[in-house]
Amino acid sequence: MARMKFLCDADRCIECQACVTACKNEHEVPWGINRRRVVTINDGLPGERSVSMACMHCTDAPCAAVCPVNCFYTTDDGVVLHNKDTCIGCGYCSYACPFGAPQYPRTANFGTRGKMDKCTYCSGGPEPDMSQAEYVKYGANRLAEGKLPLCAEMCSTKSLLAGDGDIIAEIYRERVVTRGYGSGAWGWRTAYGETVTV
Amino acid sequence: MTSISRLLTAFGLALMLSFAGPAAQAQVNPTGSSVTEDALFEALGSGGMVSGRATIPDPEAGMLIKPENKDWAVLQGSTLQTLSIVAVLGMLALLAVFYLLRGRIRIEAGPSGRTILRFNWIERFAHWTLAATFIVLALTGLNLIIGRTIVMPLIGENAFGTLSAWGKIAHNFLAWPFMVALAMIVILWIVHNIPNRLDWEWLKLGGGLFKKGVHPPAKKFNAGQKIIFWSVVLGGAALSWTGVMLMFPGNLAGPAEWQFYQTIHALVAAGLSAIVIAHIYIGSVGMEGAFDAMGSGEVDENWAKEHHALWVEEVKPKALERGGPKVTTPAE
Repeated sequence: MARMKFLCDADRCIECQACVTACKNEHEVPWGINRRRVVTINDGLPGERSVSMACMHCTDAPCAAVCPVNCFYTTDDGVVLHNKDTCIGCGYCSYACPFGAPQYPRTANFGTRGKMDKCTYCSGGPEPDMSQAEYVKYGANRLAEGKLPLCAEMCSTKSLLAGDGDIIAEIYRERVVTRGYGSGAWGWRTAYGETVTV
Repeated sequence: MTSISRLLTAFGLALMLSFAGPAAQAQVNPTGSSVTEDALFEALGSGGMVSGRATIPDPEAGMLIKPENKDWAVLQGSTLQTLSIVAVLGMLALLAVFYLLRGRIRIEAGPSGRTILRFNWIERFAHWTLAATFIVLALTGLNLIIGRTIVMPLIGENAFGTLSAWGKIAHNFLAWPFMVALAMIVILWIVHNIPNRLDWEWLKLGGGLFKKGVHPPAKKFNAGQKIIFWSVVLGGAALSWTGVMLMFPGNLAGPAEWQFYQTIHALVAAGLSAIVIAHIYIGSVGMEGAFDAMGSGEVDENWAKEHHALWVEEVKPKALERGGPKVTTPAE
């Protein structure tokens, strides 16, 4: 089985926000929720870099460690998913997440958090694959269709890579060796406890 | 401006750009000052986070990576869980030992049959509103900490999810009557709970809790009750403040503040739950005659004389003026 990961090559990201838009469209993500976002570091300064960030599907996910109702589970592909029927919208996963991935619609009492929503690595939830119920709650299940996440698939500069961790790490390593520089695999050490060494 | 001068300006601009272009590129070398994640974290030190600008109208979206958040996951996922279990089970164990050694504290002179009004209806209303909401808040809160290890295996994920969702709603809504009742007991009882020299005497004698026949004098509230009062008031205020902060997370600055308020909330809740368990014990099975104070509001005169001698001296003359103490058993 593959161990699915994301890798954003910040030296290629042109901050076009297409991954953000594609994600919202593919999953019909509601207003106010962004499963993926692009953060620009050193904006307007020399050495500016943009990084596309979403749920990194961590090894030993901290969100799962703090969830009071144990609604998280990790698939055979290493994707961290959650069950919205069990989620109570307490917000603990967002306190624990190093990447700011969990998002909440403001639908609960006092206009506070509803059920958590986050990147599913385009692989839905616990409902039957590609069912309507799954689509309504979690969006499209591209992995079940044999496709990779749309954000990475349509990235125009191939900055955002998705797929088996070993394969995308190798692609990134080759790039860094060929062009002679690289700002690193953003978030890897935090998410997976290891980074891509060149 | 004539068309010729416009043309000249355009030409001049184009000329300038053709010279300035390569120079500008040479100044900003994308490879020369490439930020690397490793270097950034090294510069930030521990507790640092990488953040930048995002186009999303959400101030938190600019936070890119904050590894420190994982520390809170360990604190919440294991440390606070252990502390909560130890606080609650530890207090229950202590009380069990106390009960085995001391037994039920009886009215030594026996019930007199005459009663004195100890708490009027408004005091009882405030107390029971506070008590009922606290119990629901404590149980639903405890459920968030230890429910998934204790309750979930028993009833399954679906039922536990539904239960916890209702628990969250109950927790959010009952927090408000709790706060109102807390304010009520402060107003009603704060005058009787100001510490004085008498309390020191009471504490030195252990409140007579551990020895039969020892009854240090006390006014309306003895030092033990004052400790309960101040624990509930200060702990309740801390819980209310942190709880309201957690209820409106959008008003806070992000994960660091949420983590801070959640940790304080959980620690105070564990401590106060343990204290309240002791309070429930001594107010019910632990002491004969104590429950009546909050039940009917009328306590037996002998109970009152033993535990609140100075208070009886204060109130008895007034009660006599109003027609004497009520006799609940006929004098045969």
